[in-house]
Amino acid sequence: MEKLVVVGNGMAGIGCVEQILKYAKKFEITLFGDETHLNYNRILLSSVLAGEKSAEEIVLNSLEWYEKNEIKLRLGVRIVNVDPAQKTVLGDDGSVTPFDKLLLAMGSTPLIPPMEGTSKKGVYVFRNLDDTRALLDCSRTGAKAVVIGGGLLGLEAARGLQVQGCDVTVVHLMDRLMERQLDLTGGGYLKAKMECMGVAVLLNRNTKAILGEEKASGVRFDDGSELAADFVVIAAGIRPNIELGRKAGLSVHRGIVVNDQMETSNPDIFAVGECVEHNGVCYGLVAPLLEQGKVVAATITGHPTPGYQGTVPAAKLKIMGVDVFSAGEIGETTPGYDIVRFEDPALGIYKRLTLKDNRLAGVILVGDASESHRYMDWLQSKQDLTEMRRHLLFPQPAADTGFDVAAVPDSRVICGCHGISKGAIIRAIQEKSLSTLGQVKECTRASTGCGSCTDLCQQLLNAIVPGAQEEKKKFICRCVPISEDRLREIVRSQRIRSVQEVLDIYGNGVGCEACKPALSYMMDVVWCGEHNEDRSARFVNDRVHANIQKDGTFSVVPRIRGGVTSPEELRRIADVAEKYRVPMLKITGSQRIDLLGVQKADLPKIWAELGMPSGQAYTKGVRMVKTCVGTDFCRFGVQDSTSAGIEMERRFENLFTPHKLKMAAVGCPRNCAEATVKDIGLIGQEGSWQIVVGGAAGKKVRKADLLVTVESAEEALQAAALFFQYYRENANYLERTYDFVERVSIERVRRETVYAPLAVQQGLRERLRKSKAASRDAWLEGDEPRHPTQFVQIEPMERLAG
Amino acid sequence: MNPEATWVRITACENIPLREGRVTTVRGRQIAIFNLGDRFLAVDNRCPHRGGPLSEGIVSGTSVVCPLHAWKIDLSTGAAANPASPAACIATFPIRIADGIVELQIPSDEIEQDRSPENCAHRDRPIRWVQRKPIAPLSAPSEVL
Repeated sequence: MEKLVVVGNGMAGIGCVEQILKYAKKFEITLFGDETHLNYNRILLSSVLAGEKSAEEIVLNSLEWYEKNEIKLRLGVRIVNVDPAQKTVLGDDGSVTPFDKLLLAMGSTPLIPPMEGTSKKGVYVFRNLDDTRALLDCSRTGAKAVVIGGGLLGLEAARGLQVQGCDVTVVHLMDRLMERQLDLTGGGYLKAKMECMGVAVLLNRNTKAILGEEKASGVRFDDGSELAADFVVIAAGIRPNIELGRKAGLSVHRGIVVNDQMETSNPDIFAVGECVEHNGVCYGLVAPLLEQGKVVAATITGHPTPGYQGTVPAAKLKIMGVDVFSAGEIGETTPGYDIVRFEDPALGIYKRLTLKDNRLAGVILVGDASESHRYMDWLQSKQDLTEMRRHLLFPQPAADTGFDVAAVPDSRVICGCHGISKGAIIRAIQEKSLSTLGQVKECTRASTGCGSCTDLCQQLLNAIVPGAQEEKKKFICRCVPISEDRLREIVRSQRIRSVQEVLDIYGNGVGCEACKPALSYMMDVVWCGEHNEDRSARFVNDRVHANIQKDGTFSVVPRIRGGVTSPEELRRIADVAEKYRVPMLKITGSQRIDLLGVQKADLPKIWAELGMPSGQAYTKGVRMVKTCVGTDFCRFGVQDSTSAGIEMERRFENLFTPHKLKMAAVGCPRNCAEATVKDIGLIGQEGSWQIVVGGAAGKKVRKADLLVTVESAEEALQAAALFFQYYRENANYLERTYDFVERVSIERVRRETVYAPLAVQQGLRERLRKSKAASRDAWLEGDEPRHPTQFVQIEPMERLAG
Repeated sequence: MNPEATWVRITACENIPLREGRVTTVRGRQIAIFNLGDRFLAVDNRCPHRGGPLSEGIVSGTSVVCPLHAWKIDLSTGAAANPASPAACIATFPIRIADGIVELQIPSDEIEQDRSPENCAHRDRPIRWVQRKPIAPLSAPSEVL
């Protein structure tokens, strides 16, 4: 068996090996990688930096994969020399490895432009997992970061750092961002988008020096101006790693020169990926290197192919909320080219097609890349667009619903990163009875690269397997297509303090009745109530602090803590009910009294005359604590549940929660106030208290889980407070405690609340304290309305007869 | 447009907060006015579904979502957008801003009665503490078993 040595454990090397393994086994493969990690998806490093993915999630092949395929893996070994005569490679560990065939896939290294001080501490590049980890280590809230380079990588790095809380400025040499992919106008749109997200952008700046003693403290430009920085990231491009090619005596220009069969000037040595030059072009994107890998695999195993024909360059910026897609030629004003363009500055949308002889030669999309598949298809097929000339940017409605996956031939490539055709995906789904997108990814690798074909894969799956499961994504709603967990982090790190800002930057700018209240709550919990509340984003109940009824009147439920009232209170309630002709007075299931059918304009007067605080019966917030009479009167009570319940209500009242929150405290296990079916229940027993959580007796009936058992009432309230704040911070909006506890498991709830490290508990308590301090009885607004017309009907300034 | 329609001065713009609605009564007709930031729009304050007060709804773009059962009404056409139902449509009213005052145009030949009696009628009724109807007795006891 022949010996194949592969230098480079990156996406190109592995992509190539994966292709070789598809043929009959012919080689003993030894693989050298100078990084100490398993091979990973390099283009997703920006997602790791942005906290969207963990390092583990971007690993492409597990150790078992190497073992199963009998690949000898040598991690952390750099190949320093090639002896083409002896056919051996020399490692930096002194090892000499013989080969019959050699595959070079060394990739590239970051290009460091000539400037002073690049070896100082606090100067980083962004190329591999170690770089990413180093950046994550030094990024913190408020740190000033300067990113040199406004290309794809620089912008993604900038965005990632900004999500981590840094104050980021992108410094770019050219007159526009991504100048290799965008024209001047498109660059302008992108700059506006980045600035709108809070990333500062400086163009036409030539960085001459990195300032600072040992450690970087800023940068200086050629005009002498300076910019302070806590650290600097250089992302100014890449340089193919060609040193080994030179040492092996291969023909080398900018990259290692290869022919269409991917052979170098030595027939036993092949090269692939970013280190090669084909037809005078060096590629730095993922799709070409995978195409090249296929050709290498065929050539090296002795299967003739038409050879590599070059790749239409296509780039997609992977920043959530900033759609940028560019492919093909972007020639600014080349004669013989037609430019078709569309701009909407208010929406930030720019589209520009370059046509030559009625065929698509290039495309730029900023702000809306939803049609990128259609344009990529036109670019690759080179189809004549004369017939469609009127509908290039605006598909004919109904007749043409965009790129219809059902209509394209089986041979058409769906996943550009891995070159997987529609037919291959369909075969895999049918032969292996796949039913989820995850399985499709696993079996075909489709959509595991940049992920832009995920929707198409899902469409195919849905077409073949009716009722196939959609990938579970916990979005608030379609207006803001980001999971709540992530969005909370974004809001926190970006210091976003209003609902409209979230919608403008990360959503559709409009919002709806589902996401606006959810985002309002998110603001409240992230900023502990110290944000500027936007009432227009809240449901009517939270604008007027009463519960709207079917006829447009409202219901008023004053707070009666623990269900314990007094003759004076009852008299006042009775007086108010009579005076305002309240149509119905009702004892609620929560040991309170409801005044139903109240006019909006009467609300402030009624609140004032009741002289009682709001019972929050209208909101997603703390409702009440139901209690039994405990030890005061009951013959069986063993704990003072009435006092404990009233105190718990005092501590939590006026706060908002993801959904309504009902509590109870009982003085003995007879459970007269039904604590075991409440969101939080305190159950008194001889000498101790049980704290139970996640109970329900509503749409769903569920017995609460035991959180912890403690000795004193104060400890019980402390434990309840930990759970209360944990639920506030981690549940999705409109998720009741019973769903929340089931989703995360009671074990994890315990681990992260009552059994959490002291510092974690203190954090929860401190944030609860802050929220409580910022909260107030909503009914005080009766005296000082938020807005002059909050409770009143508008009287027209003039009256008309009639 | 009805030639006899007249413009009625309603209120200062700032009395209707951004992305919220307010209700006013002109000629006995309740009208909801919304401030969308770049313009104001007015419709009947009555959801075509069950008569909900649209002025209390959450604004979503140029639509409002009724607070009672979340019907979405397009404020520029008055038509129900969700569930889409061209039949379910309410009146819209031309609106203009003059010197910071919201002005509304109402067809003068249309003299309206109060369209929402249930909204306030009970205030003039004697209080009835119990508003339940007696439960209908089982018709035939023999059917029970």
